[in-house]
Amino acid sequence: MKTLTPTVLGPITDIPLGEGRTYAVDGEMIAVFRLRDGSLRAVSAVCPHKGGPLADGQIDNRIVVCPLHLYAWDLATGCSQSGQPPISVYPVREDAGRILLGE
Amino acid sequence: MTQKLVVIGNGMAGARTVEEILARDGDFTVTMFGDEPYGNYNRIMLSNLLAGVETEDGIFLNDLAWYRDNGITLNAGSKIERIDAQARMVYDAEGNGTPYDKLIIATGSYSWTPPIKGIHNPKRGYHQGVFAFRTLDDTRRMITYARRAERAVVIGGGLLGLEAARGLQNHVSHVTLLHAMGHLMNMQLDERAGEMLKASVESKLGIDVIVDAMTTEILGKDRVTGVKLADGTVIDCDVVVVAAGIRPNTEMVASSGLPVERGIVVDDQMRVQGQDDIYAVGECAQHRGDLYGLVAPLWDQAKVLADHITGRNPAAAYEGSKISTKLKVAGIDVASMGLREPESDADEVIVYNEPRKGIYKQLIIRDNVLVGATLVGDNRKAASLIQAFDRGLPLPEERAELIFDIGGVVEESPESMPDDAQVCNCNGVSKGAICGAVRSGCKTVSGVMDATRAGKGCGTCKPLVQRIVEWANGGEAEEDPAASWYVPGVPMPKPELMAAIRRYGLKSVSAVFDKLVPGGAHDAKSKMGLASLLRMMWGADYVDERDARFINDRVHGNIQKDGTFSVVPQMKGGVTTPAQLKRIAEVAEKYQVPMVKLTGGQRIDLLGIPKEKLPAIWADLDMPSGYAYAKSFRTVKTCVGSDFCRFGVGDSTALGIAIEERYQGLEGPGKMKLAVTGCPRNCAEAYVKDLGVVAIDGGKWEIYVGGAAGAHIRKGDLLATVDSAAEVITLTGRFLQYYRENANWLERTYAFVPRIGIDRIRQIVVDDADGIAAALDAAVEEAVQAYQDPWKERAEPATPGQFRTSLPLTVLPQVPVRA
Repeated sequence: MKTLTPTVLGPITDIPLGEGRTYAVDGEMIAVFRLRDGSLRAVSAVCPHKGGPLADGQIDNRIVVCPLHLYAWDLATGCSQSGQPPISVYPVREDAGRILLGE
Repeated sequence: MTQKLVVIGNGMAGARTVEEILARDGDFTVTMFGDEPYGNYNRIMLSNLLAGVETEDGIFLNDLAWYRDNGITLNAGSKIERIDAQARMVYDAEGNGTPYDKLIIATGSYSWTPPIKGIHNPKRGYHQGVFAFRTLDDTRRMITYARRAERAVVIGGGLLGLEAARGLQNHVSHVTLLHAMGHLMNMQLDERAGEMLKASVESKLGIDVIVDAMTTEILGKDRVTGVKLADGTVIDCDVVVVAAGIRPNTEMVASSGLPVERGIVVDDQMRVQGQDDIYAVGECAQHRGDLYGLVAPLWDQAKVLADHITGRNPAAAYEGSKISTKLKVAGIDVASMGLREPESDADEVIVYNEPRKGIYKQLIIRDNVLVGATLVGDNRKAASLIQAFDRGLPLPEERAELIFDIGGVVEESPESMPDDAQVCNCNGVSKGAICGAVRSGCKTVSGVMDATRAGKGCGTCKPLVQRIVEWANGGEAEEDPAASWYVPGVPMPKPELMAAIRRYGLKSVSAVFDKLVPGGAHDAKSKMGLASLLRMMWGADYVDERDARFINDRVHGNIQKDGTFSVVPQMKGGVTTPAQLKRIAEVAEKYQVPMVKLTGGQRIDLLGIPKEKLPAIWADLDMPSGYAYAKSFRTVKTCVGSDFCRFGVGDSTALGIAIEERYQGLEGPGKMKLAVTGCPRNCAEAYVKDLGVVAIDGGKWEIYVGGAAGAHIRKGDLLATVDSAAEVITLTGRFLQYYRENANWLERTYAFVPRIGIDRIRQIVVDDADGIAAALDAAVEEAVQAYQDPWKERAEPATPGQFRTSLPLTVLPQVPVRA
């Protein structure tokens, strides 16, 4: 996982259940997902294949599927399931109803 | 508690069954007994060993280390003489007993020897110089002996005999093949195919073949000098190989008091009849009266047995196998499946025969289903024929398509393709990449497609991908259980899935996962298909979860390569007004739309709109959505029709508008693109649409369905000719509803219509033979009533941040702006 200075991104209700939203943090674009089990995942927002917006992708409790060419990545490890380079993952959690990125 | 599993037989069936059990984490301590003093090897490869194209190392499936690593006790070279089912013990020749909780009998077959004078030597078994062709030891001895021999005779013109003859050519200078029946491979081939094969074997391989050859005597006292036939003919030779057939090894089982007819009698769980803890599998087993001597049925049996015995699926049932073979017999392509010959006058027989090239093809069709096929000399269509035969697929009207590649589409053979040949032209996947995925463990076609993305673009290369995967797997891809599922994440085909959704009243995508997936695992790749299905089934009662939608359906636009979207206002039938055009032009200018383009469906596309600007653009346009993005009813393309055209015979424009107005936004398993054209000149290309309507003289309309002019090209089938526009609208709705209810996810009509068959569709949709027309009409009416312009929600986002950008800061390739 990459390290970042802890940042509050906003209320958790900004992200609907099962969807993702993109946030700019320290000059990086980070896609934060709110899984249907209630937990959060954060990964780099750009698909390494052709630059697709990963926050627009569909997710389940394990993977995100890029909307452009449907390549899939594991949300916990960043590993590709379809032969692509991995994506970065970031620590993220809920803190009193807010999204807290970083340790 | 760990149970004691004993397996009698260490051949392909026994070992494969144990592999399947291990793969299911079966809790057993395994003890195996094998006659032969080896680990287990691929018996089919003995031919290659004899022919010198394979070494002994190469034919072993599991070496001794495999047994050790998996904690299996292997008693190689130990023959079981008796089973005591009462005491649950097996005994070897020395009288040593081994107890079992579960017993699997996989004793296979032995080589059958016809009654021939002199074939046996009272002291040695076979006469010196006479060999069976069944085991590794047989093969080793044969090779050693044949080194000193000049001329060989093979008795038996079946598959094994042919392979033996071909292999012996490697060791002796002359081979004669004797076959007691009238033509070669008479179990698999009809007479003509057998004769063709004989001609090829003689001319191409230089093997002498004698049919109707009844061998009566082996000549020679200390060593073989020849064989004598019933008609007195003597053939000089110094080595004889007997390959006259196999018989199941059941003697020990029968003498132990277990039920044996032709083979050991088993039920659908491969359990020996009347026994709870004894199973039989492979060539020794008789299931529903049939014995199987090929590997594919054996694999199926092993899976069922393993599912059942490990409790993974106690109800797993083997229901018999349809036998098909596709092989090179002695270097000549041969494939056969089902019937060898027609059984009645009603059977349709199609024969193609080209003797000079040694090509023969015969198909037997009954009730539009392939029930038998024989190919000699050209196996290129074997894979598709086996598929049609196995699954009972409806066949094309043009029967010739079954045996030839018509229209210049040459079916490439995986062997002959270079490694860097591009297979998937959408995603740039090479043959080498596909083979690499297979080597690293992907054994199913869908697994390879997921790993490489091959076949995931337009889909036209899927058959080739399948052939390459099969080839890389050594002839056969593993069956993918998910192939029949509607979506990959829910283990049910469409009818079962729909029944379960109704039974439990599942109205949202997450409810389906929670209820119908073991463990309740959600699956991102299944969400869109389920959302579409649920909306079709429940209409207004569907519980919409936004995350189940693809991004296009969340923002009602089509995502483009740079993450922007495109906006297509509705323009029914392709007809517009100056006022509409003006408004579109003003909006395009105001928002500096990078590209304004006419689509293939006769609509105006505004490309390159950032997500966050979508609501404002739609508000300014104030037009309904033109549905350029969803798996849904798209557009109705029309020609000028009767208004201005000199040739138009019907008002295609008005009808196209009426159809589009009625069925706008209707969701389906795939896109539905329509057209109405005013005369058979077909300016609106209606023959190649999912549904196309053509005006013909006399005030009539023809309705074509299942056409395509995209990745696939297909002329639609004529569904009906009707007298009025109203009938066109009714039949259109009824057909689309039937397609919505019965097509697989993403299955376009060009695949759906031939799968069901146009005659059957006509019976249902036009003639109402099933009595469901009224229900189809009512269902589509309900969907029509539930229609809402999705862009009405623009003023208030449905979810927080619905239109927030997800675009990265990095500069991406931009949609090119043309002056």
